[in-house]
Amino acid sequence: MNIIEVRGLYKVFGKEPARVFPLLEQGLDKTSVLKKTGCAVGINNASFEISKGEIFVLMGLSGSGKSTVIRCLNRLINPTRGEILIDGQDIAKMDKSALLEVRRSKLSMVFQHFGLLPNRSVVRNVEYGLEVAGTNAEQRRERAINALELVGLKGYEQSLPNELSGGMQQRVGLARALASDPEVLLMDEAFSALDPLIRTQMQDELLELQARMHKTIVFITHDLDEALKLGDRIAIMKDGEIVQTGTPEEILTAPADDYVKRFVENVDRSKVITAGSVMRKARTIQLPKDGPRVAIRAMEKQGISSIFAIDSERRLQGLMRIDDAIKLERRGKSDLSSVLETDLYVASPETPIGELLVSAMNARYPITIQDDEGRLMGLLDRAIIIAEMYDEDEEASVTPLDEVLAEADDAAPETKEELI
Amino acid sequence: MNIPPLPVGSWFETLINWLTDHLEVFFDGIGTMVTAILDATEFILMFPHPLVLILIFTTLAWFAAKHGVAIFTLLGMLLIYNMGYWPATMETLSLVLASVLIALLLGVPLGIWSAKKPVVEKVMRPILDFMQTLPAFVYLIPAVLFFKLGPVPGVIATLIFSLPPAVRLTSLGIRQVPEEIREAAISFGSNPRQLLFKAELPVALPTIMAGVNQTIMLALSMVVISGMIGAGGLGNEVLKGITQLKIDVGFEAGISIVILAIFLDRVTQRLGRKSNNN
Repeated sequence: MNIIEVRGLYKVFGKEPARVFPLLEQGLDKTSVLKKTGCAVGINNASFEISKGEIFVLMGLSGSGKSTVIRCLNRLINPTRGEILIDGQDIAKMDKSALLEVRRSKLSMVFQHFGLLPNRSVVRNVEYGLEVAGTNAEQRRERAINALELVGLKGYEQSLPNELSGGMQQRVGLARALASDPEVLLMDEAFSALDPLIRTQMQDELLELQARMHKTIVFITHDLDEALKLGDRIAIMKDGEIVQTGTPEEILTAPADDYVKRFVENVDRSKVITAGSVMRKARTIQLPKDGPRVAIRAMEKQGISSIFAIDSERRLQGLMRIDDAIKLERRGKSDLSSVLETDLYVASPETPIGELLVSAMNARYPITIQDDEGRLMGLLDRAIIIAEMYDEDEEASVTPLDEVLAEADDAAPETKEELI
Repeated sequence: MNIPPLPVGSWFETLINWLTDHLEVFFDGIGTMVTAILDATEFILMFPHPLVLILIFTTLAWFAAKHGVAIFTLLGMLLIYNMGYWPATMETLSLVLASVLIALLLGVPLGIWSAKKPVVEKVMRPILDFMQTLPAFVYLIPAVLFFKLGPVPGVIATLIFSLPPAVRLTSLGIRQVPEEIREAAISFGSNPRQLLFKAELPVALPTIMAGVNQTIMLALSMVVISGMIGAGGLGNEVLKGITQLKIDVGFEAGISIVILAIFLDRVTQRLGRKSNNN
């Protein structure tokens, strides 16, 4: 179910926004529109949907319009044109009192530089939203204290914001956003002002909170690694337009254009590409149905020396080596379970491949990939992992020797001429 | 080419004359209001026994400012009492309080308005510059013409002279509220009034208090000058010292003013800093 739907959203800054639309329809870009009309295009025809419980990341460089988009969602900025449906209600057309109601109950926001009131204690900051909504003092204190407990700030209720570190101040910001129990959290570069270690920690905690609370989160960032880590889906913005929307893997593996491609070039692929997306199909025999004879035949046919044994539910039982199978067959036994190798590495399909590299290096057998119910999905060996961690583009940095020699020959005469 | 001197002075005179002739009722009304406020502050300060008031002031300084300030207040005010300038000092203080009260009632809303509307800010700025830089004595003339002699024109002249910092620093304080705090307040569902009273004014309070402090100090300096038009208080004593060449009276009255000034300054300054932390 979509909780937020944005259709054809435009924001034009300047005196005559009406003059801008025909030019945009002609396909003029932001700079020429600015030259012709003096109006700056903040958002140019953005459309996207966000489903309930999703973390949706809007990513782009500064000036790409991402902060303008998130501010349109709660009308801190009034959109020039377009629909913004939240739970089916169009925010863009709401009157003042309906808008206040939505801000108080459905949407709340976390800011880059926290936006805390310096004169209020932590707990009174967290209470703010409930206070302006008219919740009675006792109830709002209780909810504020609960929210503070959620973000791990129990015991700091009476501190002032400037007595806390940046990370803790942002937890206050998060608690304030959670206190009114909104459906949607808008997070505007929420972790960008924090130092890298705290930032990573806050990202982990946000994911942990999200696993428990299942809010819908719109997260803005200029940092691709953060986007890939947090986002269920990512929209990449450039010059006010959304150039691609997709899951982290879609963005990485199929960038829509050169802009996105350049963006994702420097990503640490080992952290993003998951085992499930690159695993190979595993050859299997099924227990107790198959005996040693079937196993040997299957291995001979594929030209492999070992095969995975699963039960009728596809649950992994172990690995069968060909020499063990032959020995069993010679003794005339048919029960394979006694000789199965069970010293295997198991990983879930969501594991980033970078985390599996060390195990893959040490393991004698491929790493098996199982789903939550223990069903075998596939396998992964070090060759696949290494190949996936390095993009094919990187081959370019290796040059065949004869090309190097030829280049050296070309360059040599020039230097001689310069000497003369 | 010979340009005759423009009669700027006589134009102004004409304007003032016109105003006195046609707006007498208006000025009388203002005069009555000021008198009422002045009577009230005077009553509060003159009614209790001096020693009781000294004790109250000392306690105020003890809690609002550092303990040193409290000790200074106690000794300083006892000295004023001892020199026999207590009634004059209280008269001056009541003039200051009345002027400051009116200045803040006008200045803070004007400051808020000009912070919210750039146009108001643009119009207000030259007017405030004019009010602040015109020599203080010049105010005395129209003040006397409109309100006759006595404490009322003193309060009016003081009010005009001390109003600018209240407006300016209120406006500055509100414009200095970080954009993110404003956005946060709005995004959590504040209506315009809640935005002003729950977010902007509290965050701007330290700056506004600095304006209050400035207003009080300017008012005190002007109240002394307005002794020239019979406003009474310590200004009168200083004037006596000048015109009759009484060095002792002039010096004793001067010392009393300094003690009062230091007390007012330290207490309001500390209040400003404390409001920053709460």
